[in-house]
Amino acid sequence: MAETTLTAPAPAPEPAPARGLRRRSAAARAALARSVLLHVVIVIGALAMFFPFYWTIVTSLTPGTGLSSTPSLVPSDPGFDAYRQLFADLPFARIVGNSLLLATITTLAQLVTSATAAYAFSRLPFRGRTVVFGIYLATMMIPLQVLVVPLFAELRAWGLVDTYLGALLPTLAAAFGVFLLRQAMNQVPFELDEAAAIDGAGHFRIFWTVVLPNIRPALATLAVFAFMGSWNNFLWPLVVLRSPELQTLPVALAGLQGQYTTQWDVVMAGSVVSILPMLAIYLFAQKYVIQGVANTGLK
Amino acid sequence: MTTLLGEATGQALRDGAAGPERPSRPRNRRSRRIRYALTVAAFLLPSAVPLAMFTLGPMIGAAWISLTEWNLISPATWVGFENYATLLTDPETGEVFLHTLYYIAGYLPMVYVGGLAIALALNTALRGRTLLRGIYFLPVVTSWIVVALVWRWLLNPANGVVNTVLAFFGIDGPGWWTDPVWAMPSIILASAWKDLGFVMVILLAGLQAIDPELLDAARVDGAGWWRRLFSVILPLLSPATFFVIVISLINGFQVFDQVYAMTGGGPGGATQVVVQQIYDLTFRYGQAGEASALSWMLFAVILAVTLIQIRGQRRWVNYG
Repeated sequence: MAETTLTAPAPAPEPAPARGLRRRSAAARAALARSVLLHVVIVIGALAMFFPFYWTIVTSLTPGTGLSSTPSLVPSDPGFDAYRQLFADLPFARIVGNSLLLATITTLAQLVTSATAAYAFSRLPFRGRTVVFGIYLATMMIPLQVLVVPLFAELRAWGLVDTYLGALLPTLAAAFGVFLLRQAMNQVPFELDEAAAIDGAGHFRIFWTVVLPNIRPALATLAVFAFMGSWNNFLWPLVVLRSPELQTLPVALAGLQGQYTTQWDVVMAGSVVSILPMLAIYLFAQKYVIQGVANTGLK
Repeated sequence: MTTLLGEATGQALRDGAAGPERPSRPRNRRSRRIRYALTVAAFLLPSAVPLAMFTLGPMIGAAWISLTEWNLISPATWVGFENYATLLTDPETGEVFLHTLYYIAGYLPMVYVGGLAIALALNTALRGRTLLRGIYFLPVVTSWIVVALVWRWLLNPANGVVNTVLAFFGIDGPGWWTDPVWAMPSIILASAWKDLGFVMVILLAGLQAIDPELLDAARVDGAGWWRRLFSVILPLLSPATFFVIVISLINGFQVFDQVYAMTGGGPGGATQVVVQQIYDLTFRYGQAGEASALSWMLFAVILAVTLIQIRGQRRWVNYG
C-alpha cells in the first residue's frame, strides 16, 4: 500500500543529487509498473465483482431464458417481457410497496431507539450499566431462528400474524444500532456536554443539539444498515406474512424461484427490481457509510 | 451546574475537576435522584421494551419450548432435558455443526484475505477509487436471496456461465450445488462474494487511521513491503481485524438464507448447517422442542466463542 501511495503520483522530476540519477529513474519506472499492474488487477477484480449483476440484467432482458439456453454476453433479442410478466402475474407493485413501507418504518424506529439507548450508555452512568449493555450486545448473538417459534406463538396470541404490525414489531430496536451509535458518541468530546451543561442544558437538550449533530455520519450509516436489514430480511416475513399481497420482495423472489424454475428471465427481473432501490440508497449514502464505519472506531 | 444535571454529567465533569464541588442540599438529593432515574429510563426504554418483548422474552420462551415436545399445533408436553439428550447422542448434530464450521473455515479466510488485499489496493492513490469501492461494496447491500438466486444461475451445472467458460478452456465443470462435494464451496463462494466489500470497508477505515509517518519511518529503517505489512500495518489493523472476526463468526454460525435458497441443505444433507436443521426440525418435522434445544445449543456455542475472543483480544489486539 505504502509503496504506491508515496510513489505513484511520482514522476515529479526534481533536481537529482549527482549520485543516484540512474537508480532513481529505475525505481520510478518500477513504481510506475507496479502502479499500472495494481490498476489492472483491481479493475479486473471489480469487473469480476460486477459480472454477476451484469449477468442478472442480461438474463432479465432475454425473454424466455431457461436452463437450456446457451449463455451469451449480449441479449440476443432484448425486451422487457420478463418485467411485464412479473407485474402481471403477481401483485408486484404492492410487494415492492410493502418492502418500502416496512423498511422505512423500521429505519426511523431504529434511529430513535438506537440513538436514545446509545446516549444512555455513553453519557448517563447508572448502576449496572455495563451489565445492561452486555445484555444488549448478547441479543446480537441470538440467532433469529431461535426466536422464530416463540415469536410466532407470541404474535399469534395477539392476533398480529399476517399484519404489517406483526412484521414490524420485532424490528423496532436492534443492538447493532445501539453499539454503532455508542461508539460514535464516545468520540464526541465530553467537553461539549460540559459547555452545554454550563449553559443550562439538560440531557434531552444535550442529546438533541450537541451529541446528535456530531454523529451524523454514524446515523446515516445506521439508516442505511437498518433499511438494508429490513429490505433484505427473509425468514421473519416468510413466517409472519401469509397473504400474497402482504409479502415482501425476498419472500416473493424465493417463491418465484419455485414457481418459475425454468424461467430465469422472470426470476432475474425480480432480482433486478429488488436490487435497484438499495443501489440508489447506497450510491447516495456511500460516503457516509464508509465514514460511519470508520467512526465506529472499532475500539 | 452540577445541580442541573445531577450525577448525570458523569465522569467528564468529575474527572475534569471543573471547579469546587458544591455541597448538595440533602432535601433535593432524593428528588434529583428520581429525576435522574426517570431520565435514564426515558433514554433506555424505547429500545429496552422491544428488545425485552421480542428478543429476550422469546429467548426464554425458546428455553421453555426446548424442554417440551411440541409440533406448533397440539399442546406441548413436558419432556425435561430429553431433547438435549437426543441431540447429543444423534450423530447428525455433530454433522450439522461440522458443516457450519466447514462454511466458516472456507468463508472467513476468503473474505479476510480478499478484503485486506482490496483495501490495501484501494487505499493507494488509485484512479476511480470511489467508483471501485462502490462496485466492491455493491453485493453487500444485496439480499441473500438475490445473491443465492444469481449464483445458482451462474453456477448452474447444465448451462451456467461458469461451466460454459470452463468448457471453453476444455475443463469439465463440476455439478456445483448439485454435487455433494461442490455444494458447500458453491455457498462459500457466493457468501464471500457478497461480504468481501463489507470486510474491505472496515479494513479500509482501519488503514486510513494509520499514521503515514509510521510507514515512512519503517521505510527509512529499510523495511520492505512485506515487512511493513506484517510489522506495522497488520498490528495497527488488529482492532479492525478483531471486529471483522467477531462479526464474521457470529454471522457464520448463523448462516442460513443462502443455504436455504441455494441448496436447502442438500444434496444429501451435504450443506445441512445448524440453522437449516433448526428450520427443518420446526417447519418440516414439527419438532419445535428439539429445534429450540438445538437453537439454544447454537447460542451457547456462539456466546462461548465470542467470549473467548473478547478474553483473548488483549493478547493480540493493539489499540495504540
